[in-house]
Amino acid sequence: MEILMNTTIFVPGLSHFLVVSALLFSLGVMAVLSRRNVIMVLMGVELILNSANINLIAFSRFTELSLDGQMIGLFVIIIAAAEAAVALAIILNVYNRFNTINLDEINLLKG
Amino acid sequence: MVEQTLHSISLYLPEIVIVVTLCVIIVADLLVKGIKQVAAWIMLAGLFVSGFFVMLQTGTTDSIFYDMAAVDPFAVFFKVLLILTGIFIVLFSMKNTELEEYSTRIGEYYMLFAGMMLGMMMMAGATNLLLMFLALEVTSISSYVLAGYTKKSTRSSEGAMKYIIYGAVSSGIMLYGISLLIGVTASTDIYAINEALNAGTEQTLILNLSVLMIIVGLGFKIAVVPFHFWAPDVYEGSPITIAALLAVASKIAAFALLIRFFSVTFIDSAGLSVTGTWSSIEGIHWDVLLGGMAALAMIVGNLTALRQDNIKRMLAYSSIAHAGYILMGLVILTSEGLTSVMVYLFIYLFMNLGAFYVAILFMNKTGTESIEGYKGFGHRSPLAGVAMTIFLVSLTGLPPTGGFVAKLYIFGAAISAGWIWLVAIAGITTVISLFYYIRVVRNMYFFKPGESDEAITFDTTSKIILFALLIPTLLLGVYFQPVLEFARNSMLMFGF
Repeated sequence: MEILMNTTIFVPGLSHFLVVSALLFSLGVMAVLSRRNVIMVLMGVELILNSANINLIAFSRFTELSLDGQMIGLFVIIIAAAEAAVALAIILNVYNRFNTINLDEINLLKG
Repeated sequence: MVEQTLHSISLYLPEIVIVVTLCVIIVADLLVKGIKQVAAWIMLAGLFVSGFFVMLQTGTTDSIFYDMAAVDPFAVFFKVLLILTGIFIVLFSMKNTELEEYSTRIGEYYMLFAGMMLGMMMMAGATNLLLMFLALEVTSISSYVLAGYTKKSTRSSEGAMKYIIYGAVSSGIMLYGISLLIGVTASTDIYAINEALNAGTEQTLILNLSVLMIIVGLGFKIAVVPFHFWAPDVYEGSPITIAALLAVASKIAAFALLIRFFSVTFIDSAGLSVTGTWSSIEGIHWDVLLGGMAALAMIVGNLTALRQDNIKRMLAYSSIAHAGYILMGLVILTSEGLTSVMVYLFIYLFMNLGAFYVAILFMNKTGTESIEGYKGFGHRSPLAGVAMTIFLVSLTGLPPTGGFVAKLYIFGAAISAGWIWLVAIAGITTVISLFYYIRVVRNMYFFKPGESDEAITFDTTSKIILFALLIPTLLLGVYFQPVLEFARNSMLMFGF
């Protein structure tokens, strides 16, 4: 066990974080592309933003970027909150007009 | 440290004025009940004061707030354009039947408008990836709400929803790209990033990927193919004043950001040369990639515009095509190319706002957005009809209008840089664009108005605004030297 814990694969390094964030990013893009419910699409967007955050914080821990990365992470959290608030307000309004939040059924504008 | 901050604040006055305007609008909206359109007047005053401070910055070249933003002739040029657009949009909004229905909460409209102006002005000056992203988001979040401002209309709600979904996804992807770029180069400042790239790095794959992702976010903002899906739906759904704002101001600001980002980050240590080089990152031919996007935008925008009946939708596709033409100047990345982009944007401002304004005037009087509904308007309102014809001819790019000069310069720059195939596509699509622009003119003049249709007359204010857009459009076709000089002198970016 002792030997296992000390092998390089098991010591968390930059690449581990980057892999996690890449997975999270892919899951977010998947959610955006495959889900038809607007709320689910927004969850996907949150995943994308948070994957970027993991990247930034990992870079600030392991490279000479230092605290800049964490600072950007803070700003991103604020932006994500503002965006989510605006998006939910708009979706609520859409629900009041269309009685649905399925993207396929909201299609007055096309051409 | 205090001195640096104070010095920065003295160079940041235009933006500060906009923030103060935003706050004053909120307070005035709550307290002042007697004066009509109080928010609009405050916004207008704020824009004029801010414009005055921008003018004071002419010739300054400085970096402020610890290299967060730059105050340079390049930023001043774009801020002037943005404030001009802002002033016109406020004037458009003051008399608009679409917005009158919501007159009790018009304060929100101007407040968000001020927020959007702030974001766009920050975009023009940002030299740090964090500030670039923040400015982009400030602009976007305000514009999402503005697109859905007429919330009783189903189309507006749908447009806003599509806008925020596409916008959030593309800015998320852009942020991921930024995080990779920051990580690989270990700096957030674009000059430092340029240095790190020139020093050479092994992470070519990640770098290419990150720049591609950043292009997604910026491409969305300028509405260039293949990131254009949102534009027609959002323009058609949102109030027409906001459609004009998105088509002109938001595009100008995004181009400022795009030009600054690419021309600072991508050039090699030799600086912005006459030939133009994209040599900092190996792997993808960035110029060919962007050239392809520009060509696609011209083709898709112009061909799809052919079969549109809604004037807003037609102008949306036309603005996609124009984004393609403008992007051509960036592809070349010579100082001549960038100058032609700036001249194009200057002229584009007047002609596109003009076309939108005539559409607004017709909509105020008759409520029609359909091009088929324009039949006989030329006879019913000779002035607006002639003005619309001139704006559309200018958008096509025929002499003696400003649009011709704009296209001439950008095509000339592209030819001298050797991009013959791109110019060929641009030329052919320009001819195609004539069909849909002239269709509006044909509908206005070649059909007699019905028996019951009365003449459409406008009040003096509308006429003055119309002439304020019409005269520059015509004048710039014959006397464009000052604009050219202005653009040439504004090429000086901080750090070169």
